[in-house]
Amino acid sequence: MASIQIANARKSYGAVDVLHGIDLNISDGEFIVLVGPSGCGKSTLLRMIAGLEDITSGDISIAGNVVNDLQPKDRDIAMVFQSYALYPHMSVAENMSYALTLRKTAKEKISDAISGVAEILGLTALLERRPKALSGGQRQRVAMGRAIVRKPQAFLFDEPLSNLDARLREQMRTEIRKLHHRLGATSVYVTHDQIEAMTMADRIVAMHDGIIQQVGSPVEIYDKPANIFVASFIGSPAMNFLKGSYEISDDNGAGVRLSDGALVPVLQAQNAQNNQAVTLGSRPEHISIVSDADNGLPAKVELIEPMGLSTLVHVTLAGKPIKIFTMDRPNYPVDSFIHIAFDMAKAHVFDTSSEQRLPPTTEPHSGHKD
Amino acid sequence: MTTVTQTGKLPAERRGGFSKKLSGIIEPYLYVSPALVLIIAVMLMPLILGLSYAFRDIRILNPFSGGFVGTAHFEALISDQAFLGALANTAWWTFGSLLFQFGLGLILALLLNRQFLGRRMVQALVFLPWAVPTFLSGLNWAWMFNPVVGPLPHWMTSLGLMAEPFNILSDPDLAMWGPIIANIWFGIPFFAITMLAALQSIPKELYEAASIDGATTRQQFISITLPFLAPTIAITLMLRTIWIANFADLIVVMTNGGPADSTQIVASYIFTQAFRRLDFGYASAIAAVLLVLLLAYALSVIALRRAMTHADS
Amino acid sequence: MTLTGQTSTRKMIYWGSHYLMIAAFVIFALFPLYWLLKVSVTPNDILYTEGVRMWPSRTTWENYAFVLTQSNFPKYFLNSVIVSGTTAIVTTLVAALTGYAFSRFAFRGKVIIVALMLITQMFPLVMLIAPIFKILAPLGLTDSLTGLIIVYTAFNVPFATFLMQSFFDGIPKDLEEAAMIDGNTRFEAFRAIILPLTLPGVAATLGFVFTAAWSELLFALMLVSSESASTFPVGLLSFVSKFSVDFGQMMAAGVLALIPACLFFLLIQRYLVQGLTAGAVKG
Ligand SMILES: Nc1ncnc2c1ncn2[C@@H]1O[C@H](COP(=O)(O)OP(=O)(O)O)[C@@H](O)[C@H]1O
Ligand SMILES: [Mg+2]
Repeated sequence: MASIQIANARKSYGAVDVLHGIDLNISDGEFIVLVGPSGCGKSTLLRMIAGLEDITSGDISIAGNVVNDLQPKDRDIAMVFQSYALYPHMSVAENMSYALTLRKTAKEKISDAISGVAEILGLTALLERRPKALSGGQRQRVAMGRAIVRKPQAFLFDEPLSNLDARLREQMRTEIRKLHHRLGATSVYVTHDQIEAMTMADRIVAMHDGIIQQVGSPVEIYDKPANIFVASFIGSPAMNFLKGSYEISDDNGAGVRLSDGALVPVLQAQNAQNNQAVTLGSRPEHISIVSDADNGLPAKVELIEPMGLSTLVHVTLAGKPIKIFTMDRPNYPVDSFIHIAFDMAKAHVFDTSSEQRLPPTTEPHSGHKD
Repeated sequence: MTTVTQTGKLPAERRGGFSKKLSGIIEPYLYVSPALVLIIAVMLMPLILGLSYAFRDIRILNPFSGGFVGTAHFEALISDQAFLGALANTAWWTFGSLLFQFGLGLILALLLNRQFLGRRMVQALVFLPWAVPTFLSGLNWAWMFNPVVGPLPHWMTSLGLMAEPFNILSDPDLAMWGPIIANIWFGIPFFAITMLAALQSIPKELYEAASIDGATTRQQFISITLPFLAPTIAITLMLRTIWIANFADLIVVMTNGGPADSTQIVASYIFTQAFRRLDFGYASAIAAVLLVLLLAYALSVIALRRAMTHADS
Repeated sequence: MTLTGQTSTRKMIYWGSHYLMIAAFVIFALFPLYWLLKVSVTPNDILYTEGVRMWPSRTTWENYAFVLTQSNFPKYFLNSVIVSGTTAIVTTLVAALTGYAFSRFAFRGKVIIVALMLITQMFPLVMLIAPIFKILAPLGLTDSLTGLIIVYTAFNVPFATFLMQSFFDGIPKDLEEAAMIDGNTRFEAFRAIILPLTLPGVAATLGFVFTAAWSELLFALMLVSSESASTFPVGLLSFVSKFSVDFGQMMAAGVLALIPACLFFLLIQRYLVQGLTAGAVKG
């Protein structure tokens, strides 16, 4: 096991800068998820850690040693590819033992290791098969097994579940987490799926356009997104955003004045000036439907979307679409008006021009800060 | 689990010498170096040496030759009727052969792309001409065109194509057909193999989707098969054009450029100049011109393809 | 009822014409070879009198017996096998390395090398003979099989490289990256993982190069002067000059010479298409 340090790492392809100075410290045994939209540079960063891509500048260290100039084979890391990259001409057992054979591990040790791992992953009956004769889920397991047998210093995963169907993906998510508990190995996991990030990570690294936007625990990222990008990317259904201006009232209260003149009260935000252009952000579950007009803003119902457990109510407010999450089973007619209220303590205020969050002067508790 | 494998701990000490980046730059050249050395030593250097002959007076049997003659050879070329005739014949020979090799090769590939009884056997048999040495096939075809020992003139007479059996290789108007037919026979397999491979790589779902959409077989051919084959066709046609234009073996064996220079192509004319007249300087000048023409052809094909793909997107 | 009747008639017409065309191709491909065979078994005295008969009234193995026992042919044959076999193997190895680099690396020199490979194909080989002779002679590589192998390899490398590259392009890069993480260097990964996966492609390339080298006449004729280093096409030619064109014997030698090439070709032709498909040329 080992920690991984990335210091001011940059990557460019010719004139195109793909990563702009990445700093990240990954502790021993941590499960880190790199998340971001496709093309933001997650894979590139992961491949730089693996040694498959050169580092344009900066340093990457594994277990305290700078590995910039080490070949992938000398870094003692294992990687699970999106395509699985199983060797088609080798059996499952040969696939899993390949790395150990190269390391000249004793035969008995190899077969012990393989039967152990096959047991854990439920591959025992498939050991003699070729990858061609396996289902997608089984191939995925073999790819995992091939990484695990080696007991490497760190595991790298590049979207390992994206070729699986929804149910299998959910199941593997849990299994990978369980495996991590069991092995405790440092892991860097790349995905574009924020649900995977939320459910699996010890810490999430949210990336956009080759820049780290925020690093934090899933709850932290969810509750205190650093900026509009993170706020909109994490969470499904996505956070609602309304542009307006910040207003400080006489009684030390604060609010966001929307374009239609309505005022949404919020907690006082740090460094926010009166009349500053801000964006109000509120998650669908932090907006409630209220019965009396005094406490709510009028909104027009556009669509009611039942989701089983809950219901999603689509409305328009100040001309903008808003989604509301409710555990009730509402049946408002389309085009009717309802009243909605924002949970003041959970509403976020973002500076519209910098898109950064302006945290409240007194941050309410949510999970633990580390 | 906490044991760290030996390799993982080596890092820093191993760094001496090459940096990873530098070796990354050198690496591709290590892979290409054997090919590069061979091509430079056996092709590029001789090519340059050969081109230099074009500016010198090199006649093998003349001990006083060897001097620098500037562009004299090229000036002579412009008014050399035999050369100009050979240029026209080269176009005729190249595109005549190519058109039939390609057309018939494509048809054969389409036929072989269907599953049918004995397909493997048929495939093995129709590809055989490719394995026959050109020299031998040239002789054999010349033999078959000869009315004394070959059946072809007699067949053509019975079909009414000839009044009486005669050797087309000795008729200046028809002689070129002899080597062209031999070349078609020899070249069909190459096109069939490449086209068949490209055909087999077209995803079957495309055809299924198209037939659900109601496309007829012909529409499928035009909207799926041809666009998919297009890149392979373009590259293969270009490479083959260059190759056939330079391919004199069949002509030298079957007609030797005759009768009356009617089958003389540039490549066989070069052969004649070099090995019959032993005038290497003049032969090199002709070769240089051929090189330039082929280069211009290749560049224009490439430019055309660029323009077409840009227009598409 | 009528509908199925119609479609089955249509089907019959379709398959009928399909087989008819196939038959036409097979006949076109095989008839010249048949004629070769026919001439080779026709006794000399009726070679011309029965020249246009589909099968001679008498047949003989004399021509074959002569070629096998009284001529240098077995020697030429052996030389050809050595030259073509070695050329095929060496060319495929060199082309595999180059094709792999073309497929996997983006490097500055690539365009230049590709241009070099194309341009050298545009110069008539005839004109390279004298310069090549000049270069090989001081190295003692003229009049030797080794020299011939070197020249053939150089000539075949460009096409073989493009062929091999298309095979490598068809194999996902992830595979050798996985192997490099598993503990291979890139070259080891290439050898242990990628090359075995391109075996059909390797077979196809071997086949193309072997047949090309097997039939080459010009260089075999010009670079080699001694009988002991002559290949079989040169030997064939010797029937024209030395034995005052003995067609029967020459055709017999030709038929014999076809055997190894055909055998080799039949052996690999299955991979030929399969291999090319695996590395299908992509737009
Ligand atoms: N070899 C390359 N040459 C040029 N640009 C590249 C190359 N590889 C990746 N890129 C670019 O780098 C960016 C990041 O790619 P990647 O790391 O694969 O994104 P992600 O994995 O987050 O989807 C993309 O915009 C991609 O186009
Ligand atoms: Mg990616």
